[in-house]
Amino acid sequence: MAAVTPLLSTQDLSRSFGGLKAVDGVDFAISKGEIRAIIGPNGAGKTTFVSLVCGRILPSSGKVFFEGRDISRMPAHRRVRAGIAYTFQITSIFPNLTVFDNVALAVQRHLLNGKASRFSEHALRRQSLEALEKVGLGPYAERRAGNLSYGHQRLLEVAMGLALKPRLLILDEPTQGLSDGEIEGFIGLVREIGSASTVLLIEHNMDVVMALAERITVMEQGRILAEGTPEEIRANGEVQRAYLGSAA
Amino acid sequence: MKGANAKTLGLHLAVLAVLFALNFLLPEYHRGVFSRVMVLAVFAMGYNVAFGYTGLLSLGHAMFFAAGLYGAGLTIYHLGWSVWPAFGVGLAAGVVLAVVVGFLALRTTGVAFMIVTLMFAQVFYLTTLYFTAYTRGEEGLVLPQASRVLPLAGVDLYLTDPATRYMVALTLLAIVLLALLALVRSSFGRALIAIRENEERMRMLGYDVFANKLAAVALSGLVCAAAGAAYAVLFGYVGSGFASIQYSILPLLWVLLGGAATTLGPIIGTLFMFYVTDTTSSYTSAYMLVVGLALILLVLYFPKGIVGTVRERWLPWLP
Repeated sequence: MAAVTPLLSTQDLSRSFGGLKAVDGVDFAISKGEIRAIIGPNGAGKTTFVSLVCGRILPSSGKVFFEGRDISRMPAHRRVRAGIAYTFQITSIFPNLTVFDNVALAVQRHLLNGKASRFSEHALRRQSLEALEKVGLGPYAERRAGNLSYGHQRLLEVAMGLALKPRLLILDEPTQGLSDGEIEGFIGLVREIGSASTVLLIEHNMDVVMALAERITVMEQGRILAEGTPEEIRANGEVQRAYLGSAA
Repeated sequence: MKGANAKTLGLHLAVLAVLFALNFLLPEYHRGVFSRVMVLAVFAMGYNVAFGYTGLLSLGHAMFFAAGLYGAGLTIYHLGWSVWPAFGVGLAAGVVLAVVVGFLALRTTGVAFMIVTLMFAQVFYLTTLYFTAYTRGEEGLVLPQASRVLPLAGVDLYLTDPATRYMVALTLLAIVLLALLALVRSSFGRALIAIRENEERMRMLGYDVFANKLAAVALSGLVCAAAGAAYAVLFGYVGSGFASIQYSILPLLWVLLGGAATTLGPIIGTLFMFYVTDTTSSYTSAYMLVVGLALILLVLYFPKGIVGTVRERWLPWLP
């Protein structure tokens, strides 16, 4: 059952590219504190959908509500300040800056959100290191971000998201390209994040989805095909036909 | 961190101290060259804010320099204003122009941004020619010597005097250099560098990229206009040649030579280029050929510029 006032909801949200309806009339809701996974075959519209939520692209029609407020026309950077953080599917960091500076940029933005136009360098340093420690990148703080391994770059991306102290953290295929060992650690990390904030996770790796998600939304061809607990989704015949069947 | 800060500040103060001492050590001709180079270096430093730190490759910065030049020059020549208010008009003209042009040009990126800024600068250049009745176009205006007096703390500084001119140019350079040093290490400066590195990521960290870029262009325009206005009052000449495309390309070259996104690079680059041109032109009339060759060699072997290379190889703490 959805909560009375969901943290985020969409109403008949659609986006077409030319003749292609990438997202087609999606009604979606996620309540506070949830860890939700969105799954679906390639091209189902998952990334387009979360891009509409975080404002990277604007909808053709429909509405997005965050904490009851209509944010459909709000530019992306204001949505981030309102509490929606997005980590990119394709790693997007500042390769020429140090690992510390990467995270410090996120912390700095969060500190600027407070009324103070100035903030202490001390607070900046402490919170940046905190975010790095949380994902286990503490020892790499002074390295050039571009020199990190791929897996560590993914973690840096998550650290930047965390440093924004978001109310909703959107992770777009975070485990893509990670080794099994790294995925193990990642599951623990997301669980920890999920205890404090709401997580929306796009993921192809079904082990990760089953280990983490409290509820799962299945998308196909821009629409929501099914939604429910992991058990319900596993038992759903339609989903098996559309997705799990081919993956298994 | 603390150690690097002290080192950085020490280095910048040392550079300024050396420039101060050179006033007494340099022969007359070279002192004149340095005065001019310091003012033009301020122009380059302004350009560096947009190009080096924010990654905005503008081909139209001559208009901001010329806005300062004409803002100060025309008010002195036609309205008989004194130096301080005229200088203020120059600064205001530069900022207003930068905000307007930035607001429109920043809707584009990359090559389109280069073309749009180039076009705006051409419009400015042609405007100075169109109003030849007031500007005397390419021939330009020579400001009367009597008007070039700067009252400061009860003392009248005669800007026609070489030593005074040198010190005023150095003062401007010092203020801009230290202000930009503080800027690039502020949260705003860090945001500009990060926007240059990855704009989309900055947007998704909650930064208003457009507003930050516009602020950078406005600041860049202000500094360039300060150089232009100072040039008018120090050297007493205001001509539309300074609004031409050549003066949009020159700061780009100076910054590239010295090192983009370094605080000291624009000074080194401007000085280097001036002396290469000066020296070669005393030997041959085909000096631009030699200058061009020198530039190609520098870009091939020191693609990050002189100070940029020093930073990369030896002194990573350089701002």
